[in-house]
Amino acid sequence: MAQTNSPQRSKAPIAAPDKIPVALTVNGVERQLELAPWTTLLDALRDHLDLTGTKKGCDHGQCGACTVLVDGRRINSCLTLAVMQDRAAVTTIEGLATDDVLHALQQAFIDHDAFQCGYCTPGQICSAAGLIAEGRAKTADDIRELMSGNICRCGAYPNIVAAIQQAMGQS
Amino acid sequence: MINFQYARANDVADAVRRITAEPAAKFIAGGTNLIDLMKENVERPPLLIDITRLPLKSVEETAAGGVRIGALVPNSDLAYHPLIEQRYPMLASAILAGASAQLRNVASTGGNLLQRTRCYYFYDTATPCNKRDPGSGCSAITGLNRTHAILGTSDACIATHPSDMCVALAALDASVHVAGPTGARAIAFTDFHRLPENTPQRDTNLEPSEIITAVELPARGFAANYTYLKFRDRLSYAFALVSVAAGLELKDGKIAETRLALGGVAHKPWRDRSAEAALRGQPVNQTTFTRAADVLLRDAKGFEHNAFKIDLARSAIVRALTQAAAGTPQSQSNKKIR
Repeated sequence: MAQTNSPQRSKAPIAAPDKIPVALTVNGVERQLELAPWTTLLDALRDHLDLTGTKKGCDHGQCGACTVLVDGRRINSCLTLAVMQDRAAVTTIEGLATDDVLHALQQAFIDHDAFQCGYCTPGQICSAAGLIAEGRAKTADDIRELMSGNICRCGAYPNIVAAIQQAMGQS
Repeated sequence: MINFQYARANDVADAVRRITAEPAAKFIAGGTNLIDLMKENVERPPLLIDITRLPLKSVEETAAGGVRIGALVPNSDLAYHPLIEQRYPMLASAILAGASAQLRNVASTGGNLLQRTRCYYFYDTATPCNKRDPGSGCSAITGLNRTHAILGTSDACIATHPSDMCVALAALDASVHVAGPTGARAIAFTDFHRLPENTPQRDTNLEPSEIITAVELPARGFAANYTYLKFRDRLSYAFALVSVAAGLELKDGKIAETRLALGGVAHKPWRDRSAEAALRGQPVNQTTFTRAADVLLRDAKGFEHNAFKIDLARSAIVRALTQAAAGTPQSQSNKKIR
């Protein structure tokens, strides 16, 4: 279908912006980047830092596959600009394990077979890490509600809830 | 997303100065709605002014016995703030009924007020939409309108305001503090959002160069008898088809004071003082509640796919008032409706 009604925009062309310096501490390592302002945190991680564990699902904040921890809080990395996170500490799925020991959530997801294709798993695990840090979930109902921002197309939800309950018991 | 410039504001005056110099610019705080709209080419600002470093992140008690909420307080911090949990649980509940944990961790108080409709046609730049492209027509009136408004619509627009938080803020008589080039002012919450009329491109009465600095709540919180009851197409992480914020103050088996606001039914959080008047002084029973629902819905008008919302709203109002009167507010975790 032809675009019959384009949104209004300013008539003068917008000058190409200079790239903006961005400092991020990613999984404990300080990284210096020069990024165009429209680079999302997700694209900065995947395309500029080669950290492809964080997944791009919908790219609109609806699926949760891109969930990472910023300053300890879980967020959708597709809906924030990297320049807005200058000087923030970012933890991705690659940063959860210590040396050769899996994070309790990673081990629990294995123990409970809490995935099928695995595409949503990094987001599920980062989101669950945020949930545990928030300390608000007490029951399985709470976990289901507070994990509703993470969609699993394979439908592994019962095992995801069980895995999170196991990890919560250990924290 | 089109090309844009990016700048960081140092303080409120700097933010106002920058947007006055470039009125087509947009402030960005959480960005959870704006970035999405920019990816869809619905919003195309030439400049983003990052306000996330402004000192608007506190929740403080006011001399009047209320609470002043900084515009940059994230939704999750607000919902879990002890002052809000204890004194305004209706607001806490409404916030937790909306979005997801990840979004609430980022989305700001001010940004929640300024989020835009989720009407499919507003998002689809291939279709006419008077809100996105004034004068082009409304695709929803004769199109897919299951999620659309039943109250306060116009021939130009039948979109709904998507917020849950704002429904509680309307019920609680909040006010919105804003700053602009000529100084600061406060806007009553129920005057902040607009009905579509012939200018659906304007969601609010905020002037183009003004910035929201805070939302203030008066002392009255309806903490004993309240609910936020939300109906949607799935149990979590979906916008309301109909939601109800209800607060009651009871005395001798009668309703001494009340607040009633609906979400998902209009271009703004729908607060109807005549429905509240129909409750005040009346005994606490189904007859009273049904009468108030009939008053609130007296001018409701359905379209091809959303007429069910009128009956749903009537049932939701009665159920919400029943929950509030019984002191058994709707849980936002266990969604069984009692």
